[in-house]
Amino acid sequence: MNKKKNARESILRNDGFQTIIASLLCILLGLLVGYIVLLIINPSGAAGAISSILKNFLYYPSAAAATKYLGTTLVKASALLMCSLSVLFAYKVGLFNIGAAGQYVVGAGACLYCAIALRLPWIVCLLAAVLASAIAGGISGALKAYFNVNEVISCIMLNWIGLYAVNMLLSKVKEETTPYTKNLSTTNKSALLPNLGLDKLFSNNEFVGLGLIISIVMAIVVWIILEKTKFGFELKATGMNKLAAKYCGMREKTNIILTMMISGALAGLGAACFYLTGVEQWMVQQTSVPSMGFNGIASAFLGGLNPIGAIFSSYFIQHITSGGSYVDKTMYCAQISDLISAFIIYLCGFVLFFKLWLNRYLDKREEKQGVKAQKGGEA
Amino acid sequence: MLLLIQYTLIFASVLLLVALGGCFSEHSGVINIGLEGIMVMGALGGALMMKYLPDGTPAVAVILMVIVASVLLGILFSLLLGVAAIQFKADQTLVGTALNLLGTAAAVVIVRAINMAENPDNVSTTVSYMKEKEAFLMKIGKFEFNWFMLIALILLIVAYVVLYKTRFGLRLCACGEHPQAADSVGINVYKMRYAGVIISGALGGLGGVVYITAGVSEWKFENGVAGFGFLALAVMIFGQWKPINIGLAALLFGLFRALSNVYTGFDFLMKLNIPGTLYNMFPYIISLVVLIFVSKKSRAPKAEGIPYDKGQR
Repeated sequence: MNKKKNARESILRNDGFQTIIASLLCILLGLLVGYIVLLIINPSGAAGAISSILKNFLYYPSAAAATKYLGTTLVKASALLMCSLSVLFAYKVGLFNIGAAGQYVVGAGACLYCAIALRLPWIVCLLAAVLASAIAGGISGALKAYFNVNEVISCIMLNWIGLYAVNMLLSKVKEETTPYTKNLSTTNKSALLPNLGLDKLFSNNEFVGLGLIISIVMAIVVWIILEKTKFGFELKATGMNKLAAKYCGMREKTNIILTMMISGALAGLGAACFYLTGVEQWMVQQTSVPSMGFNGIASAFLGGLNPIGAIFSSYFIQHITSGGSYVDKTMYCAQISDLISAFIIYLCGFVLFFKLWLNRYLDKREEKQGVKAQKGGEA
Repeated sequence: MLLLIQYTLIFASVLLLVALGGCFSEHSGVINIGLEGIMVMGALGGALMMKYLPDGTPAVAVILMVIVASVLLGILFSLLLGVAAIQFKADQTLVGTALNLLGTAAAVVIVRAINMAENPDNVSTTVSYMKEKEAFLMKIGKFEFNWFMLIALILLIVAYVVLYKTRFGLRLCACGEHPQAADSVGINVYKMRYAGVIISGALGGLGGVVYITAGVSEWKFENGVAGFGFLALAVMIFGQWKPINIGLAALLFGLFRALSNVYTGFDFLMKLNIPGTLYNMFPYIISLVVLIFVSKKSRAPKAEGIPYDKGQR
């Protein structure tokens, strides 16, 4: 009896378990707030709207159509996963990479330009995206390391610079009549990521392929780097205390730049995995940075800053973001999902406090039990 | 040329107001990355107020009501940051980022809901306020004077006096430099930090409404405020957290932002044949360059970004 109780205690004490509970609470509260907003806008359809957000592709009655759109959601989720890995990698080293969005844009620009204008095969396009984004991230890192420029502000500036530059670059490869870049499957088939037979699994959804595998593998690689290698340890040590790391003989400036470069490369790889499937074309008149990078922040924190957790949280965030497009458009707009995920990020800010509170509560309970047990012994 | 001055002044007013907001918040020890979201909310409040005020309201009343609406909404929104960062000791950068995303998303949802309630086919994210906007403008010859320019200037002076010449301002600064010391002489650090965040919310909200009235056309809320909240933070850093320097920095940044609007009016700029997109990038590039030069010797408040814990020494 007593033993069983202890086991339950230890699960509550477990940091991972606490994180999962906290994340689930964030999701629940976020959905609740979304529901309330829907109720305020129009009470009659709120329940239907929130269920269509949660259903996403299940909206389609036929199983074939549903699996097909599950595939599309997975493609988007894999790009989101890369962005969230980018954010969490930098955060583990004490840097807030809000520039994942801009690095993602730069990566998209590089891979699409290589694919359409230079007609290069996919592997080259992929590497070009990774390289360009790594440089974009590296700039923020170098500014932070050598000039003490706050990385959040420099990243935001680079987001906008990147967006305008990519718009300018990709205007050269856009279709003549529309503001979209040329279709990959007609201009350069060799730039499309190989399907590896995965398309068959999702009712011949031609967008599903290598990207999915790359993103999962990268999540595991990031976890191994951060948790199991000396390099990862050095990076984390630099993040915790730059001066102490320097004192221990680590090259703290190089570490900061390297972190931002890796972080940028991850976001760029995400962009390549997304745009090289041909699932979406770039709109060269975009006036706002794509939300993928910002949603990456949401899923990184929702996943408890753990690469493996990020796999699940990215899928969830993408699931509700895609689901947003199925709400009844005569009453609501798709941005309601953005609102929910923004609120989830806000709630993630409270996670630390929640854990503190939970631990304190457990301490108190144990103390009480301890006192009781003592009294029992005396009697 | 007159047009350039006009745009420079109005954009400088926006940056000045928001940067002053950031300045108060940071002097109290809270980094306010969420200024962008606060601006959007303030803009939303102002725009809706302009939309719903009956026609024929006197200009003075329009101005006052719009200011009240945007300031109130800005304050309310900034309290989300205040509660999380001060009460619950949350990561200020994370919460600020959340506010930015939340602000834009909420504004789009609200504006669309209002538009669709009026006309189900209207899916735009604009609020019609063109007629009421004229209350803010006054023609002096060809120069379009905007009352907000004057308000910004007055607030700059007020900010200077409050920050350096009053007990409140000096106490506020103490909380950002060394909260433990401030607490030891009986200053309530939490209250001061709330005050800083609320002031930044008020000024940020006001800056938001100035921003949307600065443009020629009606503002699309889905665009947020295009990084202006962050430009304002760059202005604040360039101004080294001092109101007067912030004013000068705002003028410089305003000039570059204005250039992207009016460069077509200058023959010599047109002859350079620089693509228009490049002018759009200008303010951001300049701010990066400026940050490189001033960040090394940053005079940021020492305790900014660190949640205050009474138990800590």
